[in-house]
Amino acid sequence: MAKAKTAKKSTTSKSTTSKAGPKTPAPKDYSKSRELEAYRDMLMIRRFEEKAGQLYGMGFIGGFCHLYIGQEAVVTGMQAALIEGDQVITAYRDHGHMLACNMDPKGVMAELTGREGGYSRGKGGSMHMFSKEKNFYGGHGIVGAQVSLGTGLAFNNRYRENGNVCLTYFGDGASNQGQVYESFNMAKLWDLPVVYVIENNRYAMGTAVHRSSALTEFSRRGCSFNIPGIEVDGMDVRAVQAAGELATEWCRSGKGPIILDMQTYRYRGHSMSDPAKYRTKDEVQKMRAEQDPIERVKQRVLEKKWSTEDQLKAIDKEVRGIVAAAAEFAQTNPEPDPGELYTDVLIEVGA
Amino acid sequence: MATDILMPALSPTMEEGTLAKWLVKEGDAVAAGDVIAEIETDKATMEVEAVDEGTVGRIAVAEGTENVKVNAVIAVLIEDGESVDAAANAPAAEPEAETAASVEPVPAAPIAVPTPVAITPASDPDIPEGTEMVSTTVRDALRDAMAEEMRQDEDVFVMGEEVAEYQGAYKITQGLLDEFGAKRVIDTPITEHGFAGIGVGAAMAGLKPIVEFMTFNFAMQAIDQIVNSAAKTLYMSGGQMGAPIVFRGPNGAAARVGAQHSQCYAAWYSHIPGLKVVAPYGAADAKGLLKAAIRDPNPVIFLENEILYGQSFDVPALDDFVLPIGKARIHKSGNDVTLVSFGHGVKYAIDAAAAMAELGIDAEIIDLRTIRPMDMATIIGSVKKTNRCITIEEGFPQSGVGAEIGMQIMQEAFDYLDAPVLRITGKDVPMPYAANLEKLALPSVEEIVEAARAVTYK
Repeated sequence: MAKAKTAKKSTTSKSTTSKAGPKTPAPKDYSKSRELEAYRDMLMIRRFEEKAGQLYGMGFIGGFCHLYIGQEAVVTGMQAALIEGDQVITAYRDHGHMLACNMDPKGVMAELTGREGGYSRGKGGSMHMFSKEKNFYGGHGIVGAQVSLGTGLAFNNRYRENGNVCLTYFGDGASNQGQVYESFNMAKLWDLPVVYVIENNRYAMGTAVHRSSALTEFSRRGCSFNIPGIEVDGMDVRAVQAAGELATEWCRSGKGPIILDMQTYRYRGHSMSDPAKYRTKDEVQKMRAEQDPIERVKQRVLEKKWSTEDQLKAIDKEVRGIVAAAAEFAQTNPEPDPGELYTDVLIEVGA
Repeated sequence: MATDILMPALSPTMEEGTLAKWLVKEGDAVAAGDVIAEIETDKATMEVEAVDEGTVGRIAVAEGTENVKVNAVIAVLIEDGESVDAAANAPAAEPEAETAASVEPVPAAPIAVPTPVAITPASDPDIPEGTEMVSTTVRDALRDAMAEEMRQDEDVFVMGEEVAEYQGAYKITQGLLDEFGAKRVIDTPITEHGFAGIGVGAAMAGLKPIVEFMTFNFAMQAIDQIVNSAAKTLYMSGGQMGAPIVFRGPNGAAARVGAQHSQCYAAWYSHIPGLKVVAPYGAADAKGLLKAAIRDPNPVIFLENEILYGQSFDVPALDDFVLPIGKARIHKSGNDVTLVSFGHGVKYAIDAAAAMAELGIDAEIIDLRTIRPMDMATIIGSVKKTNRCITIEEGFPQSGVGAEIGMQIMQEAFDYLDAPVLRITGKDVPMPYAANLEKLALPSVEEIVEAARAVTYK
């Protein structure tokens, strides 16, 4: 199918960098323990999302539910580049980001089922979840809005001179929103410490990048503002971490914002109600077979004999156990008290 | 032939100004385009250029003269060969203009056409009796509120278009850059959507931004961030994080600026749970409520009015004058009919009440001050006394603030009504430009008086 071919082209194009900016770094050299850690973290997201998909099918999760399966290497690699106090913000495909931020799977799953034990006490849902404690600033349902908000979080870092960086995630679809460019302009104007992580999964809902974007090399989207960008293999957690370290260091050294164009892929639909008419099954299957971020780690550790199949299976079993416990909690935890309807609308003054 | 040089209008709302400086003297030859004088308005100092060439025959208004009315003759230009005497016949500037050399302080006159004010405002119970009062413009009161809060809280900063080096498009932020520096007084590009979002993000992280919109008409570009991000995050996060932010700027009609610059957004924002909406009339309320808004941990929409900026009111000389958000004020007590309004609308109510007094109708005026949360208790209490209510606002009628008040009175005080609640609003049309049509589109004192006669059967 012609569509799929064109889309594929963009992922195999060579890494590009803007003139003055840094070049795509080589994938980070992973130790045995780091490989296994990344393997477990990515597996946690995948198993969690698979379970969320099941619970949605069973009617436990309502509304919209956007799964992150296939993109796990992006948040896992990026999170490894952060220090205490760095913030993370994204849009509505946010479960993976929350788990990467070390939020409790029980609290995330219970929010998906709309229970009182959820991170937002059942009032946010899949798309609107936050953790002040873990510096996760949502979880936003309006495409592109999180880009201005994340730039504002970076403004805070600059104002307070706290040395922190804000990771602002958005997709190839959001990349065409006007406020993204307004934010780029101010971020560079004021040299705010923000890493714009564009998760280019090739489809804005059902519209392939080449059908929605006049310039599909997203690393160059900052050219008008003199913001450098690099293209990253978002299916390789080591490549992501190397780029993440480069980018956060760039921000921390006072050079202002930077763009990472993460070439990634989502296996599942845009949401649970995706008709999947805009791409072929073969395309999805090919990505899974050749590029899967978890399989790539698995192959490496097996080749290096850092682990056996049985040891990896044990990790999977442990992860499944945690996810099962989260699912159990999310199904049995009570719904919020009706009195919660009117709480948290405003903070009471003088209370 | 001698040509009169008139005091120019330098902004849509300017009615008078100070002739700060003459750059020419009598007898000087000038060419078209030469800068001949500097005019100072309450917003800015601007240069006046000669339109024709000729010789300055006579300077009619001395340098330093304040309160020179727009269109007053300030100088006379004569053609070559004409005698200076030709200029002598020109009428002088209006006599009320006083020179700055005078030791008498010149009170800033209200911009609106002065009406004999029969209404003495009731004292505000939130101001201790015997407090010294200082006549202050709304503009300065707003600036003082921001400066005071910025002095006592490092996390407060102001951002917006032209707030720093230009000293504010309407001079509200005048002097703040000098005192607080560029870190805390931040000029933004003309990108309302983007900087509103950046402000909300900074607020989510704990800073306390004051975001100035040059006018609330431009905040339409940013309304998604105001409604979907600022107002809803506290609820969506189960109380974990909110947005302690103030969005402020002029709202509603100014003068002759047409449909895209004249809309009142009070009803729009008052629709949204998670927002507070404040719309003061006088300078004391502007100051006390803006200070409260900056301290409030919730997002506050602070609606100002350009016509009121230059008007002076008594402001209490207190070190820290803060008023409670959500409390209306009885501007004038009365028994026959309740007039409810907010912001610039209170001016119509005051003028109408003065006219009603001559007809023997004793109106009570409620200045809402806050639109959300609305102080319905004060309105209901008043309606139970007067049994009649008229709402006044510059916004459109459908789903307006008056519609909400009327509905609530129906629910809570239906049995007390002796006549239907009436609303006087801006007309249901985009704001026209033509002076006569604009006047027709806005509420008028006559309409309010007519409504009062109808509900009191007089």
